[in-house]
Amino acid sequence: MLIKQAPDIPSSEITPEHVYYNRRQFMGAASGAALGAAGAALLGGSGRVQAAPQEDIPDLKPSPFSTDERLNSYEEITSYNNFYEFGLDKEDPRRYADDLTVEPWSVRVEGHINRPAADYALEDILQPHPFEERIYRLRCVEAWSMVVPWVGFPLADLVRRFEPTSRARYVRFETLYRPEEFRGQRRRNLDYPYVEALRMDEALNPLAILVVGLYGKTLLNQNGAPLRLMVPWKYGFKSLKSIVKIQFVEEQPRNTWNVAIPHEYGFYANVNPEVNHPRWSQATERRIGSFFRQRTQMFNGYADQVAHMYAGMDLAANY
Amino acid sequence: MRGPAARFPRMATGFVVRRAKPFVFLACLTPALLLGWDAFTGGLGVNPIEDITHRTGNWALRLLLATLAVTPVRRLAGWQAAIRFRRMLGLFAFFYATLHFSTYLVFDHFFDLLLILEDVAERRYVTAGFFGFVLMIPLAVTSTRGWIRRLGRRWTALHRLVYVSAAAAVVHFLWLVKIDLVEPLIYAAILAGLLGVRAARRYAGRTRPVQAEEGGAAQSAR
Repeated sequence: MLIKQAPDIPSSEITPEHVYYNRRQFMGAASGAALGAAGAALLGGSGRVQAAPQEDIPDLKPSPFSTDERLNSYEEITSYNNFYEFGLDKEDPRRYADDLTVEPWSVRVEGHINRPAADYALEDILQPHPFEERIYRLRCVEAWSMVVPWVGFPLADLVRRFEPTSRARYVRFETLYRPEEFRGQRRRNLDYPYVEALRMDEALNPLAILVVGLYGKTLLNQNGAPLRLMVPWKYGFKSLKSIVKIQFVEEQPRNTWNVAIPHEYGFYANVNPEVNHPRWSQATERRIGSFFRQRTQMFNGYADQVAHMYAGMDLAANY
Repeated sequence: MRGPAARFPRMATGFVVRRAKPFVFLACLTPALLLGWDAFTGGLGVNPIEDITHRTGNWALRLLLATLAVTPVRRLAGWQAAIRFRRMLGLFAFFYATLHFSTYLVFDHFFDLLLILEDVAERRYVTAGFFGFVLMIPLAVTSTRGWIRRLGRRWTALHRLVYVSAAAAVVHFLWLVKIDLVEPLIYAAILAGLLGVRAARRYAGRTRPVQAEEGGAAQSAR
């Protein structure tokens, strides 16, 4: 991912990015040649491009939307993840994170927009947007929660940039579908690719962000590198990871968990302590790292910013 | 004990069982020791309470199924002495089920009885698990020699509850997983096999005259 470089180094002096990211492949190929065919055979399988190395993201703007609650540790945030593309266990995403190639990465943007529909290189998607730090509560539908210092930019800025037409009523997102690298997709534990969507007013809400990093560093694969969504007033499964497609559509899309188990997972998935999930009471949650459960807040504590969007709506029926 | 497969002299069997018991005991205790070790060294992961809950629940179910496997092993493998490990396996199953339930009660909900009652009433996987655990209590209590003597024939009838308890445990697991049913279905298949062996035997027993020595085996199965 291209993060703004220090301006005093001419970009011509920097190792070309594709060489940098492919350096293991390059070294593998070179040593393979030196060792001859037998060596190459032994190296078989190591020619894969490894996960992009982490980079620091400089010059982060703080945000008035950030909470001052105690942060979960980097270790906690990067080792306890629900990312079923890597497997069902919370440890699977970290265990198999290196299976995923995130370089190069492009995002298809299409639908009811005035800008051209195209595959945009990640750099082009990110280029106009200054990054800021947003410290958000993250509430999983499984009744645990964390506090995470995300790095990203408002989704609204990207939406406006592509100039949606009046027919664009929903923004639909897709996660990468690549079963060669995502072992969970090979097991078909869900109907892939993973789909999520927001109503246009939700997508334009200033709390909704696209995320490229956390703790001031680029995302690791288990956290949804290189680009993920974060909508902090909704259960975690709405904030899909490793986004490859953004569509502006007229009809309300069906999101993956709603397709899988319709009576348990709805479209809205707003955090709501009063509407219980059939498997979990949503009244309380366990903050990772805390012994006692704590009360879950309406809209995960973001009611002031988002409640108006759902005024008059039956939140039990629209779970 | 004069079944066709009782090839070993009684003394030797007793010797083998006495020698083996401490090892079986230690084997059954190992998951708890590992749990204690991990708790002490910080090896329980980011959500320790979830980890403890899953591990104790898994071992309760496995040992419950192991307990139910004792009788088929005796009959099919002809290893009569297997019966002498059954109580230990059953009590260890109860031990892990108790840890599992206590984790839920103390660590997960910290005696929040309202929340627990709501859980048991409204979430069917909790209902099933709670039911299965409660049924194990009278079985554990009456597992002593004294109770076996006191209850006589009724002891066998009472301890048939273990089938219900095991079924409830499997259903508990089936109902709690979100999408991937493979693991609970493996346990369900094992349980179905263990119950199927018994059903087949019952059916065969009804159509053929019961042999005297099988009757003897059934007696000692208590």
